[in-house]
Amino acid sequence: MKAQGNAIKYGNNVDTDVIIPARYLATQDVKELASHCMEDLDKSFVSRVKDGDIMVAGQNFGCGSSREHAPIAIKASGISCVIAKSFARIFYRNSINIGLAILECDEAAENINEGDEVSVDFDTGVIENLTKGESYKAAPFPEFIKNMIDKGGLMNSIKEGR
Amino acid sequence: MAMTMTQKILAAHAGLSHVEAGQLIKARLDLVLANDITGPVAINEFYKAGFETVDKNARITLVMDHFAPNKDIKSAESCKKCRSFAKRFDLEHFYDVGEMGIEHALIPEKGLIAPGETAIGADSHTCTYGALGAFSTGVGSTDMAAAMATGEGWFKVPSAIKVNLRGEMGKYVSGKDVILHLIGMIGVDGALYKSLEFSGEGLKNLTMSDRLTISNMAIEAGAKNGIFPVDEITIEYMKDRCNRKWQAFSADSDASYDRVIDIDLASVPCTVSYPHLPENTHPASEGGDIEIDQVVIGSCTNGNIEDMAAAAEILKGRRIKKGLRAIVIPATPKIYMECIDRGYTKIFMEAGCIVSTPTCGPCLGGHMGILASGERCVSTTNRNFVGRMGHTESEVYLASPAVAAASAITGHISHPKEVEII
Ligand code: SF4
Repeated sequence: MKAQGNAIKYGNNVDTDVIIPARYLATQDVKELASHCMEDLDKSFVSRVKDGDIMVAGQNFGCGSSREHAPIAIKASGISCVIAKSFARIFYRNSINIGLAILECDEAAENINEGDEVSVDFDTGVIENLTKGESYKAAPFPEFIKNMIDKGGLMNSIKEGR
Repeated sequence: MAMTMTQKILAAHAGLSHVEAGQLIKARLDLVLANDITGPVAINEFYKAGFETVDKNARITLVMDHFAPNKDIKSAESCKKCRSFAKRFDLEHFYDVGEMGIEHALIPEKGLIAPGETAIGADSHTCTYGALGAFSTGVGSTDMAAAMATGEGWFKVPSAIKVNLRGEMGKYVSGKDVILHLIGMIGVDGALYKSLEFSGEGLKNLTMSDRLTISNMAIEAGAKNGIFPVDEITIEYMKDRCNRKWQAFSADSDASYDRVIDIDLASVPCTVSYPHLPENTHPASEGGDIEIDQVVIGSCTNGNIEDMAAAAEILKGRRIKKGLRAIVIPATPKIYMECIDRGYTKIFMEAGCIVSTPTCGPCLGGHMGILASGERCVSTTNRNFVGRMGHTESEVYLASPAVAAASAITGHISHPKEVEII
């Protein structure tokens, strides 16, 4: 599986309150959630994000509340993958559980600039920066998690296990 | 191989004699929790996957606390969805307006979690119950949905940071100051993916209320859980609350830790976290220049009766600063009643505060005290992210109930000793 798109870049400690503010949490409608994605950090995100774009950030991405509305909003906004130096743990497992691709890679997070064209190969963990002609390597997922992603997320994997 | 306290609880619930850090396991769950925001998402997932039954070996608990009493039509629909789910599956532990309190205060109060048990909750502050010597951690709604169906959850076994506490806290210092101080030391990702395991002779000087506040904010250091050993204080707290048989686990004496942090409780000052991260800590005594518009005393972090007592002690016979709004929110109906019985409600109202029915309300910018642009609030809650309590240009300062009460009186960030002379 591959993803390709332009990078949209943020800093450290992007929290779930700015990814999707609590005032929008009374809905479970994914389109509506997506229409407010990143609103409190970057008002222009919704208008400039294109299908397939890749979000790149620093440390502790997705810290704060357990709201699954956060990875759901990012996924529904068209982002194909989030690359960060590290993820907050609940955000990490929520993303896997709902099938939003995420990768931890210091080098990529450091060197990819806003707007760079980036392609990601999830099988190998190789991230290519087509604009700069660089390539970076992310740690691959452990087997247990890869299986879950292959089966299409947590709910499918437990149904199959029964 | 030696294990930490968390690892021992996880091993026992995974049916394994031994686990080690990094290992992926499936563990049996004793408590599975969601609220009125995360519950509907979990319920949708549960139905979408086609499940027809819930696993009642785990205590499935739904608490309508965030936007309840419902603030608008959408939140009313969310609660309705939870209500009909609870009815359909005959859930014993469904808490609606009238019975509900803020989940992480309500659950220990009702004895729904005990030492040595495991809990997941689709709410990040589920880590609160570590105070009782349980393993508890926050997850998302899909995890919650899966756990309702299977009674199990998947975990990566965490390594741990040991926090050694010694000595005794000074006057006006509480568990809130200790945890803010620790987060200031290690940062908001200082314990990422790890357990915080508290230990040391200083523990005997921490009440259960202090411990609940400390474990509650473990997540604000990125931790998976924050856990306390089971001691006399725990045993006393569990009495009359829970008649299940529970088991105390303790860390092996030679367990290995990624890091050991020593804190002398006597050196912890009254601490305030400035915007926009909990790690941005300053001594309360240095906040005199920062004028404020609102004070909130409540939340799952500081909505217990001891917190109400600390605020009442300072507000007694005094008035809050004119033009400032102070909102007090006891966390559960029982605490609310106790505030009435002990005369705190009168003290608060005579001081010029309002006293709200239990709700998360302003803590997450839901309702009951949203901030306008440029406004500042001193709050006993746990997060001060951009826009957390309202407008993105508003500011939240995290503090203890004593500091919040003192600040309400002076109108700026204040150490409680500042009001002793007023
Ligand atoms: S009081 Fe605040 S932090 Fe606690 S559960 Fe409610 S919204 Fe979350």
